Amino acid sequence: MEKPRIATASLAGCFGCHMSLLDIDERILKLIELVEFDKSPVDDIKNFTGRCAIGLIEGGCCNEENVHVLKDFRRNCDILVSVGECAIMGGLPALRNGIPLRECLETAYINGTGVYNPSGKIPNGEDIPLLLNKVYPCHEIVKIDYFLPGCPPPADTIWEACVALLTNKPLDLPYELIKYD
Amino acid sequence: MSETITFTIDGIEVKGHAGQTIMQAADGNGIYIPRLCFLEGCEPFASCRVCTVIVNGRPQAACTQPIAEGIVVENDCPEVLQIRKDIVEMMFVEGNHFCPFCDKSGNCELQAVAYRLGILAPKYPYLFPVCELDASHPYIFIDSNRCILCGRCVQASRDLDGKHVFDFVGRGPHKKIRVNAAARLADTDLDITDKACEVCPVGAIIKKGVGYAVPVGQRLYDQQAIGADIEAKTK
Repeated sequence: MEKPRIATASLAGCFGCHMSLLDIDERILKLIELVEFDKSPVDDIKNFTGRCAIGLIEGGCCNEENVHVLKDFRRNCDILVSVGECAIMGGLPALRNGIPLRECLETAYINGTGVYNPSGKIPNGEDIPLLLNKVYPCHEIVKIDYFLPGCPPPADTIWEACVALLTNKPLDLPYELIKYD
Repeated sequence: MSETITFTIDGIEVKGHAGQTIMQAADGNGIYIPRLCFLEGCEPFASCRVCTVIVNGRPQAACTQPIAEGIVVENDCPEVLQIRKDIVEMMFVEGNHFCPFCDKSGNCELQAVAYRLGILAPKYPYLFPVCELDASHPYIFIDSNRCILCGRCVQASRDLDGKHVFDFVGRGPHKKIRVNAAARLADTDLDITDKACEVCPVGAIIKKGVGYAVPVGQRLYDQQAIGADIEAKTK
């Protein structure tokens, strides 16, 4: 029988949740017995090669490329999981949500302390994804099936969740594994 | 000796004294009812509604509702759990609660109640309101991003400290905690020794210079669920 496939992505995140996934230590060997990794930074596969059982999403949506990737994951994955605070509530990138976008960019590229930018312009190349007006949690863009909170979620949380979802068991996180920090 | 009153919570027969609230009687019987605005030593005023229980079929705030002979109280049932989850989720989306870097994380009652209710993500859209932070006081700052408008600081300052540093302004979605001064926290008579600086359930009123003193894993609610102390009482 063909192994179920897992895909992962880091949107507006810091890769900390992916680090936590690797923190399952030697259980990663058991995990690759259970599953095949598809599109993921773990194996550097850039495009989906087939239908995936589970998509793990780290980070929220701060630009149009994040939205594009997230919608691509929704189309190609049976179960989509928001992993970590950024995917669930925007996280640290969402600190900019109270500041108008233009003000953010002007501080970053023109007026900010220590900024060296002789052109005096805000970068606006066609290969640079356009920023959204604010950072959005993933479930405000597409339907998300499960949430694993934490910053990052502990390795045990990610492990428990993957095993439960792959073996068709209910995903009931115990008290000790629900953390928002 | 006050009159003993017998009633049931989740089908279990419990006893309390006349004049007690449902919350007081439940505490005395080792039954935890979640709460956020309730402050020991002050008059309860039922602003947060997290302690909602169903009394004879009707939702009531356990911190203000007095006990009566034979009442049927439901505390641990899907309907009550759903009410509490909805309320706490609204608190999360109405503020800017960035748990990952908050000084209060691990010791925060809002977070601990959410853990206990098993909330993984709020069902409501985040509002990301623009809020003020007043760090003018040398020893204390107030960050309204994290405020849940429980009113504990208002009560503590007025009733326990004998001052009137904090109060509510505005109504409905415009309601805010403000200091009783024309301008800033530094212009008030708030002292670091005031009870009002101790009672905030979230990270809205924070003492400067002491943050992150306790390592992750050893903080109050890392070790045990909120309410475990009440449940540990002998019945």
